[in-house]
Amino acid sequence: MAVELDVFVGNTTIMDEEVYQLWLDGYTVNDAVKVRMAGGVLDECEANQDVLLSDTMDQYRTFQMCERLLQSPAKLANQLLFQIPPHRQTMLIERYYAFDDVFVREVLGKKLSKGTKKDLDDISAKTGVTLKSCRRQFDNFKRVFKVVEELKGPLVENIRQHFLLSDKLARDYAAIVFFANNRFETGKKKLQYLTFQDFAFCAGQLINNWTVGAVDNMVEDMDVDLDKEFLQELKELKILITDKDLLDQHKSLVCTALRGKTKAFAEMEANFKNLSRGLVNIATKLTNTKDVRDFFIDLVEKFIEPCRSDRWTPADIKLYLTHYTNSAHILDSFKHQAVWDRYMGVIKSCIYKMYHD
Amino acid sequence: MPGKLKAKIVAGRHLPVMDRASDLTDAFVEVKFGNTTFKTDVFPKSLNPQWNSEWFKFEVDDEDLQDEPLQITVLDHDTYSANDAIGKVYIDIDPLLCTEAASVISGWFPIYDTIHGIRGEINVLVKVELFNDLNRFRQSSCGVKFFCTTSIPRGYRAAMVHGFVEELVVNEDPEYQWIDRIRTPRASNEARQRLISLMSGELQRKIGLKVLEMGGNAVVGYLQCFDLEGESGLVVRAIGTACTLEKHSSGSLVNTHTHPNTAPASNACNSPSKDGKEPVFGEDLPSSSGPPTPFRNLPTSSSSPPPFSPCKPCSRQSSSSDTDLSLTPKTGMGSGGSAGKEAGPLKTLLRQQTQTALEQREFPFFTLTSFPPSFLVHVGGVVSARSVKLLDRIHNPDEPETRDAWWEELRQEIKSHAKALGCHAVVGYSENTSICEEVCILSASGTAAILNPRYMREGCLDIGSTDQRFDDPSPPSCGFCHIPYDELNMPFPAQLTYCYNCRRQKVPDVLFTTINLPAEAAVTGKGCLIQARLCRLKKKAQGEVNATAISNLLPFMEYELHTQLMNKLKLRSMNALFGLHIQISVGENMLLGLASATGVYLTALPAPGGIQIAGKASGDLNNEQHVQSIQKRINDTIAKNKELYQINPPKLFALDPEVFCSTNLELTEEGVGSPIPEPRHRSRLFRSHSESSDEVSELDLSHGKKDAFVLEIDDTDAVEDIHSLLTDASPPTGFYTCNTETMPGIYNWTTAVQMFTSVRVLRLSNANLSNQSLNKIFTDLCENLLKSFYFKLRSNIPCCLCHLNFTVAVPEEELIQVSVTAVAMTFDKDQNQEGFITKGGNETEEQLQFPLELCADSSSTNAQPSSKFSGVPENTIVSSRAASVDYGSFADRCSTWLELLRLKANTIRRGSVKTSRRTQSLAHSVSSLEHCSPLTEGRPRSLRSSRSFGGSSVTMVKMTPLSFLPGTRIIKFLGIINMFFIRETTSLREEGGVSGFLHTFIAEVFAMVRAHVAALGGNAVVSYSMKDCVLMENPNKNQAQCLINVSGDAVICVRETDQEPMTSMTNIGQTCAADGAT
Repeated sequence: MAVELDVFVGNTTIMDEEVYQLWLDGYTVNDAVKVRMAGGVLDECEANQDVLLSDTMDQYRTFQMCERLLQSPAKLANQLLFQIPPHRQTMLIERYYAFDDVFVREVLGKKLSKGTKKDLDDISAKTGVTLKSCRRQFDNFKRVFKVVEELKGPLVENIRQHFLLSDKLARDYAAIVFFANNRFETGKKKLQYLTFQDFAFCAGQLINNWTVGAVDNMVEDMDVDLDKEFLQELKELKILITDKDLLDQHKSLVCTALRGKTKAFAEMEANFKNLSRGLVNIATKLTNTKDVRDFFIDLVEKFIEPCRSDRWTPADIKLYLTHYTNSAHILDSFKHQAVWDRYMGVIKSCIYKMYHD
Repeated sequence: MPGKLKAKIVAGRHLPVMDRASDLTDAFVEVKFGNTTFKTDVFPKSLNPQWNSEWFKFEVDDEDLQDEPLQITVLDHDTYSANDAIGKVYIDIDPLLCTEAASVISGWFPIYDTIHGIRGEINVLVKVELFNDLNRFRQSSCGVKFFCTTSIPRGYRAAMVHGFVEELVVNEDPEYQWIDRIRTPRASNEARQRLISLMSGELQRKIGLKVLEMGGNAVVGYLQCFDLEGESGLVVRAIGTACTLEKHSSGSLVNTHTHPNTAPASNACNSPSKDGKEPVFGEDLPSSSGPPTPFRNLPTSSSSPPPFSPCKPCSRQSSSSDTDLSLTPKTGMGSGGSAGKEAGPLKTLLRQQTQTALEQREFPFFTLTSFPPSFLVHVGGVVSARSVKLLDRIHNPDEPETRDAWWEELRQEIKSHAKALGCHAVVGYSENTSICEEVCILSASGTAAILNPRYMREGCLDIGSTDQRFDDPSPPSCGFCHIPYDELNMPFPAQLTYCYNCRRQKVPDVLFTTINLPAEAAVTGKGCLIQARLCRLKKKAQGEVNATAISNLLPFMEYELHTQLMNKLKLRSMNALFGLHIQISVGENMLLGLASATGVYLTALPAPGGIQIAGKASGDLNNEQHVQSIQKRINDTIAKNKELYQINPPKLFALDPEVFCSTNLELTEEGVGSPIPEPRHRSRLFRSHSESSDEVSELDLSHGKKDAFVLEIDDTDAVEDIHSLLTDASPPTGFYTCNTETMPGIYNWTTAVQMFTSVRVLRLSNANLSNQSLNKIFTDLCENLLKSFYFKLRSNIPCCLCHLNFTVAVPEEELIQVSVTAVAMTFDKDQNQEGFITKGGNETEEQLQFPLELCADSSSTNAQPSSKFSGVPENTIVSSRAASVDYGSFADRCSTWLELLRLKANTIRRGSVKTSRRTQSLAHSVSSLEHCSPLTEGRPRSLRSSRSFGGSSVTMVKMTPLSFLPGTRIIKFLGIINMFFIRETTSLREEGGVSGFLHTFIAEVFAMVRAHVAALGGNAVVSYSMKDCVLMENPNKNQAQCLINVSGDAVICVRETDQEPMTSMTNIGQTCAADGAT
């Protein structure tokens, strides 16, 4: 005696958020039943394991049928097969596109290609995220990437409109797309301490300031690529370290401003030239795609690590970078104020965000 | 050439990719009606084509308009090979043929393919221009409204109820034609869908013609069924109740202008007997309120009714009782608006007198299950008939005599059963079949009843025509329980008592009916779903032998189902069943029986006795202990159930001095509340026959004795019975269940409704199962389904699962299929006081005024409390009553069912069920009174508004099997939805197995129903039902096929508080449709 068929269909599609999450997390039906039982849902309604199994199967089937729609969320709103109240639709989409930070950290900056997809087993084993869930997340990244790649206009806005995501999630996806497109290196050991949110913040800064779209949003595929002209102009900043007078002048201005305001003053003074060289060198090398990829590792190696070994506080960093940026304006012979601001604005907030344990 | 049909194809969206090379589709559309076909241009390389076609015009007969669906086929253009079909949409244009319904069909329809399911959507506009047809011999019946709702639709009033209409059409099943061997499954499915669509159109038209002939303008309780007889053909049959309906607004106009007695009508509205839930009846059927309403005392000179009526519904011998309904002469009150229709019914009446007994209209049957107040005078009990037939090929589809004759036979039987119960009508009538190979079980059932003849006459609802002679002198809250037959001549032994509510007439101990609980009925506590389930194995056989074997088994099954129902009813301490539906399904090697009903405690009926367990005669100590432990468990369960369902019938009251005075005379000699004595005494009982004071010569002093069921544990069957009794789990806290429309005692529904369909199929792997283990499996299957519902719907708590409709089938030898459609309705936990005042308060008041120990069976004394109840000065009412009371032979009664069965069965199983008497002490009843606990319903629940669906681009369409949506008012009926779909797959595994396949299909059916309703401009479906769900599977071949038939009424409803339709919702839908179109 076996249940050959067992379905339950509501006129308004019934979806349990807890089960949805288990499904998204890639649990099998049986595992999901175990989790739900452990969660004590059985006590709620005098149910038994069979009831739970039947319910879980029903819900899993519903989700599988919905998945096709979730992959192009705009369809979900005007499809006729499932009657789902709008607020539920929003929840379904938002959860479907949500991702695990541990997982995204692994693929961030990697090419969203078949090759990477093959590595998902390893990532799954490493992060503890089920392979099924890894695949969904990876496919989501890829899908968003593909759609946005060919669109004009602001990246975040495009993602939000095409995938009906919340602003926060759309920004995260923009970061993922941006990283994937520029292939930023994020996997090195020295970068392991950085979270996805750190990178997402930096990506936001870069998108808003360093892309073509940042200055002129009428241009095509502006938000995904860095502004080539700007990168070229960055070479001009080299004068700050190559001209010895300028370097000294800059140092004395910064030191004057900082004196007495921080305990780390001595270290700042001692390291000024090193740090300045580091930052300016990063700027001047950004025309090379290879160096763009190493942008974050360079920031860590050339600036964050020295400061950390000197035990600067985050407040010190902020103070230092503020004066470092502003003092350059007072330098008479330095003519590239606009480029400098555009560069340092991003560098300052990125370093500040990245400066933690 | 009386009609022009116009269709415009606007756009498509979400089309499937038909060209793998380009990942696009070159779509065009064929629009077909009858034999005419139009085509749109090809819209190349798009999945969202914008055709924006011209108006395609079809000039057609209205007959065709009724029969044919508009057929829209979406195809992919292919230059080199044949064009590929993407899918089809069938649009039933019937709703456009009725002026009051929809005027345009416009919206997105799912494009449906029988192999691939829904493949995108198409936006279509359809209009109809009808020309007046003056041809008297026309074959069409445009304009007759059809309703699935089995009550007078809200927003309408019944000016006249004409009666039963039925029709059936037969054809060869395309699936079994020779051509099916060479055509594709798709072509075969489509041929079938189209044929059934045509047949149901034709059926509806023919029924419409009958209605017009009878002078009616509508069919309510329209019930259409398909019989897939396989080789022998395809039968589509329908039954319904012909009515003359008037729109509310126009109805009230008639009232005010043609009748001087409108004022009392409004008084009647305030009558406390009105149920708050039913504003429609309450406001608009003024004359229909119970007898103790004030207007009776007003002079009715201008419109006084004829002083007599030939119809004596009370006389049990009346051989013409069935024709009484229609033979009742017109009272002449049908003036004004209804005058024009006089000719019709008169003609019909004349013909009816002369026509042979075979004329269908002779059947005084009503498919209605809910009635306007006072329509139902008395209820006799359930009548049912079954017959087993061997199917043969239908040779001439135009002359479906055999099938007609079969049903004819069955209806005659029903009629005679009703007559035996002293009833002249059958209400809540339904018919169904179960087919296995060439054997077919035909079943018909209903509730024998006596109806108020006023409804059968023209102008009947107008105040002036109130025929006092025919007014039932009992209060509406209990009148229907009073026995309709003469107790001297009872059709079966039964225990009668004086009504516990009015003390004036006899009531049976138990009442079984197929109708909904009347809104005005006095009920104690809550009700619950009661099911009897039974499996019986039978040998595999062929032809006659098989049919004989089945018909031999049937009476036993019915008897056992009845016993189970009775025991379960008693276990819940209830005394009446409503909405009883018994289904017997036949398979190759077994029969399945499932009886579902809603049990309640009718205040008017005596408290049920308990269940007593008796052991074997031998003094085996072990056995006795066993018996005792079972007895204890049963008693505990009864006590628990009483508490659970809040059954605390009032037993003792302080003496009301007034009542006391007026009844003191009788008090001395009347043992009130006593059951009628033993049958042998009964014949000596003197029955009073009316007007004057009542004498009761014979006293029964067996005061307070109650009937108890004795279950003897003498064999394994009995043990099993008891076991099955106790294994039924009661619903968890916060849930109520019923298979009727609503649950007594729950009034404040929220607008949250969740309709659902669930199907479960069990494969019996064990070949050698016994009856017992089969029963267990079947019972568990049903119980587990219920448990699943509770769990799934737990977020709706506190809620009631209403209209739980179980259907069983044996699709294959070792499969049992159970399909359920129901609606979960949420209510506010805090029963507000108003709810109790409108209804509950009424009951308690009555109960207080009809103290158990005081009442006498005297019309004068009775008149007093009842007049108080209605708030009218006593003396007037008493006098008027004295003249009008004629209830002497209105002997009441109910559940005859058992006895009818006995007659049929000739055998009683093992004699382990006996009735006996048990003394129930007064002390006990007092203590039970003290149990009166405040309502405790479930846990608090966050209120979710189900209508917070603001910015959706798709109109939310609510569906419910009930005739109403709580918290809303139906402002327009848009027409009947009657759809038939076939789905087939040859890649079962890929679609997620049978479950995945059926899950998708059911979701698709819902989607198509919703789309059609939305296109008609509606936002809800009421009286929704899934009539058929036939699933065939062959997992080895990776194939499955399923047929689903659904029906319902498309409506526009508004929130009770709003005046305007839910424009926000519909508008959004339309604008979006327009957006998509541009």
